[in-house]
Amino acid sequence: MTTVAAPPRGTRPRPAAARVRAARRRVGPLVYVAAVVVALATLAPVVYALLSGFRSNAQLAATPVSLPNPWVIDNYINVLTSDSFWRYALNSSIIALITTGVVVVFGVMAAYPLARYRFQGREGLYMVFVLGLLFPATVAIIPLFLQIRELGLVNTFWGVALPQAAFALPITVVILRPFLMALPQELEEAASIDGASRIGFFWRILVPLSGPGMVTVGVLAFVGSWNAYLLPLLILNNPAMKTLPLGVADFNTQYASDTAGVLAFTSLAMVPALVFFLTMQKRIVNGLQGAVKG
Amino acid sequence: MASDLTPRTQGTGPRGAAAGARTAAAGQASAWPAAAGPRDPDARPRSRRQWRQRLEIAFFVTPALVLFAVFVVVPIVQAGRYSLFKWNGLGPMDDFVGFQNYANALGDAIFQRAVTNNLLIVVLSIAIQLPIGLGIALLLNRNFAGRTAMRVIVFVPYVIAEVVAGVVWFLLLQPNGPLDAFLDTIGLGFLTQVWLGDPEFAFWTVMGVLTWKYVGLAIVLLLAGLQGVPEELNEAAQIDGASWWQTQRKITIPLLGPTIRTWIFLSMIGSLQLFDMVWILTKGGPANATVTMATYLINQGTERSQYGYASAVAVILFAISFILAILYQTFVQRGDASDTKIVRRRKVSR
Repeated sequence: MTTVAAPPRGTRPRPAAARVRAARRRVGPLVYVAAVVVALATLAPVVYALLSGFRSNAQLAATPVSLPNPWVIDNYINVLTSDSFWRYALNSSIIALITTGVVVVFGVMAAYPLARYRFQGREGLYMVFVLGLLFPATVAIIPLFLQIRELGLVNTFWGVALPQAAFALPITVVILRPFLMALPQELEEAASIDGASRIGFFWRILVPLSGPGMVTVGVLAFVGSWNAYLLPLLILNNPAMKTLPLGVADFNTQYASDTAGVLAFTSLAMVPALVFFLTMQKRIVNGLQGAVKG
Repeated sequence: MASDLTPRTQGTGPRGAAAGARTAAAGQASAWPAAAGPRDPDARPRSRRQWRQRLEIAFFVTPALVLFAVFVVVPIVQAGRYSLFKWNGLGPMDDFVGFQNYANALGDAIFQRAVTNNLLIVVLSIAIQLPIGLGIALLLNRNFAGRTAMRVIVFVPYVIAEVVAGVVWFLLLQPNGPLDAFLDTIGLGFLTQVWLGDPEFAFWTVMGVLTWKYVGLAIVLLLAGLQGVPEELNEAAQIDGASWWQTQRKITIPLLGPTIRTWIFLSMIGSLQLFDMVWILTKGGPANATVTMATYLINQGTERSQYGYASAVAVILFAISFILAILYQTFVQRGDASDTKIVRRRKVSR
C-alpha cells in the first residue's frame, strides 16, 4: 500500500544522473505561492472558527474578521464545563467504538473464507458485498428507521451502531479480502503441519497478522460513525442520547444569537476528529486509496 | 512432517473426521497440502468433507450476512412494499394505493426540482472539482519544502464532520458576516452576496462549500494515482526536451485515467446521496432552491409522516443511483476498474 506522505523520489535509491536531473528541476516561486493560496483557502474556515471562539459576541459584531482582542476564554470554558458537551462526546465515542468493533470482527470473519477458501459461490457471495457499496444508508434511511423502530432500538446506542456497522461492512470486506489474500500460503502450510485447524489458524495466525488491515478499516469505520448525522438524527431524539454532530446542529439553532458560543462549541467538537486524523492520517488515506486503487 | 501427522489422521472419532474435512478444504483451496497425503484416502466421504467446510464458511460469514440482511437488505425490500401504501408510519398499513405514490412523486414540481438539482450537482461537482483537484495534485507531486504538510492540510476538510463544517460555513456566510467583511477588507466588496438567502444564488453557494469540503478526496486519490506513474517516463520525456507542462499533459494525465474514472464514480454516488451539508446550510431552501432528493425524502418522511410516499421517493432515488452506476460501470469504466479488477490490481503490500 502506498503512502501519500512518503514521496517515492526520496525513498527509492536512484542513480546519480537522475538525482542531478531532479535537482535541475527545482521548483520556482510560483509553486510556493500556489501552495500558500491552497493552504489558506483550505484552512481559513477552520482557523476562523478556532480563533473566533476566543472572541466575545461584541467583538464579533464590531469586526467579524479579526484576531481576538482581548482574548476571551469564557466561551470555551462554558462549553467545557457544560454537561451536555461531555455527554455528547461520550455518546459519540460509545457509538463509534461499538460500530468499529462490530465492523472489524464481522468484517474480518467474512473476509477470511472469501479470501482463503475455495468454494462454489464464493465470487457470488463477494458480489453481494460489492453491490452493497451502492447502497449508502441515505437511500434506505426511511425503511431503515422503520426497521429499527420495529426492533425497539430507537434511542439506543445499538440502534445507531448496528446499522452503521452493516452499511460499513461492504467497504470493509472489499478492503480486507485482498489484504488477507496477500498473506503467504506457506503460513497456512506451516500451521497445518503444526496441527492447527483452519479455525485455529484464523485466530492464532491470521488475525494477528492482519492487524494493519484491521486498523485501516477500523479507523474508516470510526471516522464515519463519529461524523454521522442523518441516522442519529432519526434514531436519537432523547437529549441524553445525542451525539456530537447532533449537539452541534442543536446548539447552532438554539443559541443562534450567541455566535461566539456556537463557534467555541463547534471548534471543540472538531478537535477530537482533527487530533484523531493527524495521528491516523496515513491509515485513513491508505484505506481510501486502497479501497479505490490498491 | 509425516510422523507429526500420523497420530492425528489415524485417530478415530470426530477428531479424525475433522482432519479429513480440513483436508478437503485444503485440497480445494490449495491450503493444508501436507494433510492431503495418501493416508487420507478417498474412503472419507466427499460430501461429509464438503459439509464440514460449509460449516466453517457459514461460521465465518453468517454474522456479517445476518447484520447485512437485517439492516440493509430487508429495509430496501420493505421500502418497495411501503411505497405501495398510503401510510403515516403508525397505524395499520391498509390503504393500498398501487403506484399512486410514484405518480405523485414524479409529478411533484419540488421533487422534479430535487432530481434536477442532484443531477446538476453530479455534473458540476465533477466539472469543478476535477480540474482543481488535478491541479493541486500535480502541484503537490512536485518537490518543494512543506510538501508533506500540504498533503495533510488539503485533506482536513474531508475529515471534518459535515455538520461541523456546515455550521462554520453557515456562520461565515451570514449577511454582513465574516465572508462579506473579508471581501470588503481586501477590496472585493462588490462580490458580497446574500449567500444563502437568495433563491437565485444559494445553489451556487452550496456548490462552493461542497467543493471546499470534497475536493480533498480527489486530491488524495489522484496523488495515489500519480505515484503509480513511473518516474522514468517523466525523466525520459524531459531528456527529450519536454517542458513540465508538456510532460503532465502528454504522459501523466493520460496515465491517471483509471484513477480519474474511479473518483468520478465515487463523486457521482456521493452527489446523489447529498444530505448533511445541505440540511445544515439551507434545509433545501430558500424556496426549494437547494432541495436534493435526500432532503426531500426526510422532509416528506419524518417531518410530515408520509412514510409510504417517502418510501416511493427512496425507491426512485435508489433506482436513479443504481441505473447511473451501472451505466457508468458499463460504458465508462469498462475495461479498467470493475470492482474485481480493482482488487486484482492491488499489489502485495505489508
